[in-house]
Amino acid sequence: MQPGLYHILFISTVLFFIGVFGFFTRRNLVTMLMSIELILNSVNLNFITFNKYVWPNKLDGLFFTIFVIAIAAAEAAVAIAIIINLYRTHQSIDVENAEEMKF
Amino acid sequence: MPNVTYIALIPLLPLAAFLILGIFGRKYFKNTSGIIATALLLISTLLAVYTAYGYFFEYGKVDGIYQKLIPLKYTWLQFSEGVSIDMGIIIDPISVMMLVVVTFISLMVHIYSLGYMKGDDRFPTYYAFLGLFTFSMLGLIISSNIFQIYIFWELVGVSSFLLIGYYYDKPSAVAACKKAFIVTRFADVGFLIGILILSFYSNTLDFNKLIERLTTPESNELKNAVAASFLGISALTWGLVLVFIGGAGKSAMFPLHIWLPDAMEGPTPVSALIHAATMVVAGVFLVARLFPVFSISSPNALSLVGYVGAISALIAAVIACTQTDIKRVLAYSTMSQIGYMMFALGVSKYGGEDGLGYTASMFHLFTHAIFKALLFLGAGAVIHYIHSNEMKDMGGLRKYLPITHITFLIACLAISGVPPFAGFFSKEEILLAAYQNNKTIYWVALITSGLTSFYMFRLYFSIFWGRTRPSSFKRDCDEVKGEGGFVMMLPLVLLAFGAATAGFIPFGHFISSDRITLENKFHLMFSISPVALGLTGIIIAMWMYKKENNKPEKFAAMSSGLYKAAYHKFYIDEIYIFITQKIIFNLIARPTAWFDKNIVDGMINATGEGTKEISEKIKTFQSGKIQQYAICFLVGLISLALLFIYVWK
Repeated sequence: MQPGLYHILFISTVLFFIGVFGFFTRRNLVTMLMSIELILNSVNLNFITFNKYVWPNKLDGLFFTIFVIAIAAAEAAVAIAIIINLYRTHQSIDVENAEEMKF
Repeated sequence: MPNVTYIALIPLLPLAAFLILGIFGRKYFKNTSGIIATALLLISTLLAVYTAYGYFFEYGKVDGIYQKLIPLKYTWLQFSEGVSIDMGIIIDPISVMMLVVVTFISLMVHIYSLGYMKGDDRFPTYYAFLGLFTFSMLGLIISSNIFQIYIFWELVGVSSFLLIGYYYDKPSAVAACKKAFIVTRFADVGFLIGILILSFYSNTLDFNKLIERLTTPESNELKNAVAASFLGISALTWGLVLVFIGGAGKSAMFPLHIWLPDAMEGPTPVSALIHAATMVVAGVFLVARLFPVFSISSPNALSLVGYVGAISALIAAVIACTQTDIKRVLAYSTMSQIGYMMFALGVSKYGGEDGLGYTASMFHLFTHAIFKALLFLGAGAVIHYIHSNEMKDMGGLRKYLPITHITFLIACLAISGVPPFAGFFSKEEILLAAYQNNKTIYWVALITSGLTSFYMFRLYFSIFWGRTRPSSFKRDCDEVKGEGGFVMMLPLVLLAFGAATAGFIPFGHFISSDRITLENKFHLMFSISPVALGLTGIIIAMWMYKKENNKPEKFAAMSSGLYKAAYHKFYIDEIYIFITQKIIFNLIARPTAWFDKNIVDGMINATGEGTKEISEKIKTFQSGKIQQYAICFLVGLISLALLFIYVWK
């Protein structure tokens, strides 16, 4: 059986909420970063799916996905740099220890 | 009419001096700034003389009438059809005459200051301010628009403020410059309202049109202006009186004269400039500029000018007899002489023989500029030598300052109206005009003229005669310096030459109220009484002050009440202080301050405090927990999505 549009959208939705759940519950900054990647990938999946099933002759969705991946890579680099700095000052990458950076 | 746009250069060159020296002076022209400013002004002066020659002898006169030419005009702000603020140049007999006077006196002051201000720390700044002052006054003279004249009027105020307060580390100088600025500024409010009234009724700001519309009896503008009235006085008269208040402020007419004696805190050459050519004659010039409107349409306003002038002349002369600071004596004598010019305008009528007062006033302005500049520069030389303004420190200086002595004597003779010096001719004309039109003013003027020669020679004998050696005479340091060298003596000699000969200029040929040639008539019989009175004044002064004696003290004791009142300047300063500090401060200023502090500030503070309270309360939302933020974000996003899907489809 060929997988249809709804199958893939279902997977993408599941992936999105796994990401959201991970972002809300995890205290480790690296894991939270990974959760964000999951959210981004679910969005990527949506783009590709709609591109394939709705406008098969166009490539816009694919291009968008490539951009998202590129941005995600940059974001990961920045985020990890922040995490490393946080680790140097606090000897920890627990998100609760970063609370003091408020106002 | 030939192309005379070069006239614009006359004011612009001093402005250039101001900009160059003001911006780069302290860095690049520390020592040469005086030379630069003087050179630029010399060009201005030559241009002014050239203009005057061309205007009076070549192209100015058409069919026997001197034309009002406008060689340059640039519309700056157009308010409505016909009403605009222009930047223009007007060339008529009085502006041309004033161009020459202002540039010449200013040039003399520039040259003199090369010696007088030598070694001063802020030498370039001083010359920059002088340039600004000259520029403002020249701009005022050639203004073709009543609003343009107001702009330059204020510039004159600012530059006099800067120069009077030049020694800004002296508290008295700071107080004096503030006083001058506030008093003249206060008067200028009247001027501004007057401008608005006049321009509202004449529907123009241009001088020529304004004068034409407000002097033609058939014009609607004049009818409206006369018909409208406030407190029983026509709007036109109100407008002119308010304009005159502005002029009285600048010209130090009673009761707005209080800033003038204090303005002596500035450097002495600046006093010469303020008193001789710029600033104080601005008021006279303004009245002369609007003279046709005054005399044809509102004789009441003009007679007010006359009486204010006469009162100022007399009061100032009485006060001058009692002052001991030589510069203050000169200051009051200026006020007195400006009073002469004012009442000469006040008693004048428009046109022909009756317009003698107008010619006389401008003539006196011209001669007074020369001998008053000479008196101040001479006094400057004395002060430079002796380091004091007080008469008691002086005496017997004729041996040490021979050139100053002779030139000062010439100036004193000129101001006392002794023939054949310049003041004689102009003063006779003024007295004659007063005699023909208003006997009260004539008697006041005659008494004043006697007093003038008394206090001038009191000054002269106290400085140059009397004690052979002043008590506080610092010989050792002053002998070397002498009279201040060539640059300080040259202006004195030039001005003395002017003061001796300027009276022979047939002034009526050039300047008259209707700009038609007026023949100077000389009335020998008439001039006997003023000259006799003047000589009496001189003799009394000689008797009292030539040798050191106790006659002045005895005389002062004899008329103790009057003497004391005059010595304290008739307590006018005290009255001002009483009115401002007791009445205005308590009744107006304090309630206003209370309102400002409690109500206005209270509202602002309440807003600030409220914002602070609220933000203090809500800042705990910012917990620093990223996941909390994310939940809020998600909930918001989901609710927005639901809203878009189900509610705002």
